[in-house]
Amino acid sequence: MAAPAAKQDGYFDCRDAWAQTLEALAEADPRIVAVVNDSVGSSKLGGFQKRFPERLINVGIAEQNMVGVSAGLANGGRIPFVSAASCFLTGRALEQIKADIAYANFNVKLVGQSSGVAYGELGPTHHSIEDFAWLRPLGAITVVVPSDPWETAEVVKWAASHEGPVYLRLSRMPVPNLDIADRKFQPRRAELVHQGRDVTLIACGTMVHLAAKAALALTADGISARVLNMATINPLDEAAVAAAASETGAIVTIEEANIHGGLGGAVAEFTAGNLPVPVERMGFPGFVPTGSVEWLFEHFGLTVPGIIKAANTAIGRKRP
Amino acid sequence: MTMLNNDTVATIRDKALWMRRRAFRMVFDAQLGHPGGDFSAIDIIATLYFGVLRYDAKKPELAERDRFIMSKGHATGALYTALCAAGYYPEDWLSTYMQPSSRLNGHPNRNYLPGVETNTGPLGHGMPVALGIAIAGQLAKSEYRTFVLTGDGELQEGSNWEAAMSAGNRKLSNLTLIVDRNRLQQGMGTEETNGLDPLDDKFRAFGWHVEIVDGHDVQALLNVLGAAPGARSKPLCVIADTIKGKGVSFMENKASWHHGVPNAEQFDIAMKELV
Repeated sequence: MAAPAAKQDGYFDCRDAWAQTLEALAEADPRIVAVVNDSVGSSKLGGFQKRFPERLINVGIAEQNMVGVSAGLANGGRIPFVSAASCFLTGRALEQIKADIAYANFNVKLVGQSSGVAYGELGPTHHSIEDFAWLRPLGAITVVVPSDPWETAEVVKWAASHEGPVYLRLSRMPVPNLDIADRKFQPRRAELVHQGRDVTLIACGTMVHLAAKAALALTADGISARVLNMATINPLDEAAVAAAASETGAIVTIEEANIHGGLGGAVAEFTAGNLPVPVERMGFPGFVPTGSVEWLFEHFGLTVPGIIKAANTAIGRKRP
Repeated sequence: MTMLNNDTVATIRDKALWMRRRAFRMVFDAQLGHPGGDFSAIDIIATLYFGVLRYDAKKPELAERDRFIMSKGHATGALYTALCAAGYYPEDWLSTYMQPSSRLNGHPNRNYLPGVETNTGPLGHGMPVALGIAIAGQLAKSEYRTFVLTGDGELQEGSNWEAAMSAGNRKLSNLTLIVDRNRLQQGMGTEETNGLDPLDDKFRAFGWHVEIVDGHDVQALLNVLGAAPGARSKPLCVIADTIKGKGVSFMENKASWHHGVPNAEQFDIAMKELV
């Protein structure tokens, strides 16, 4: 597969990696189908539709039907990748995701596009920052949030080979590939981005590259920060969190999501019950104002300086 | 695969009678259930399992099997007794109905019970799933047919109409919807709650072929459900006029029997009537 073209300055739209990977997989495995809700363009599935017109099932603007249809396609032996704006896919069809996909354990891959606050200017109806909290408790469903184009391709390949329901959360915000040597994708495991001993920055999705930059900046201040890429929100890699808590004694979580019930919530739940340490949760506190994604990140401190500040706060809260 | 024989109608009636008696005992023992809706649907479901559907109960995952989805998932008395009578599992399983950790939940789960195609219970889920199965059959150029049974009150859920629109547009002739038209929902009549009539015209407008039958007339049900799609290039909607609580005098047409449960005296009366 050709590497996705750089948008600017080495930043990439992960949707290109998603679409190219799915096309390559579909070429090799006729069971793979795509299901969309009038979302061919925003899902970048125009190429898929051209190559496999019969296997692109567009149900129109009908998300409950879309998710139910995908359960039926799985019953009929297909591997459906359901791609739609995540705000509608998860919110509008939540009961179908619960009953038809997760509880029924159907082999369906739900792909939430333009997640987080990618649709910033369109306002909270179009923000998808509640999806983690909605889906995390649904037991069987793996919730996975790739951080860059390389990981997006790996996650799509893994999802196709994994027998069981998956929610794959994508953005449309350009991100750089993480600078990690000899990278190997390990499903459902936290990825060590940067080793450290004073504090652990646990990030996912669009926030991981910012956490990595923050760790480098903290080094200059004499603070050794561990960075974990927690691509899988459910099930949580509890061993990695336990090691972070016991070995660094303070944690910062960073996510493009509501701080209630998401990555920060998962980490806080685990540490509170097992290894209580200070946990600073970075993200959004609830509905956020309308504004560009860049403005929202700045406004809510989802920036390198913001992460540095939270890391210092977490370290300051450590018990002597 | 099941084979039809000359005594098909008599066999179906026998099975339906056994299903009514066994379902009522199940509800009586558990003191939980939805017997009114079970009894309006039982003749339809018996007709499907013992006269129409092609399946092998010993191989529930057979790719070429016909699919049946019980969208009105609360009517477990009808579905569970049918699957049992069809040989998917032994009768003693029925005695565990709604007991702790039973495979026979208050609503069907595909992972616990062989023969259950998808989870139902929350209303309006069966149609979209059936649509997906029918699309998969079309993609695979398979001969299997997909049947889905909804309650009439259930059609007040919008997801059904999303699926109905899709099925009509896709001309899915391998898909059959059966509406259990007993005209009662949990609290009162469907027409006084949020009326559905003219239901046949609604489906025709969505691109379906519609048949209206007496949902307790086994021969009539066999005629419409057993007929192969042939040249028909539309999904089939069978509006089955039924009676909630059909077969037990004190239950018939009573909304209160939607999830009413019998006391010992009522149980005895019903058993005397169901012969």
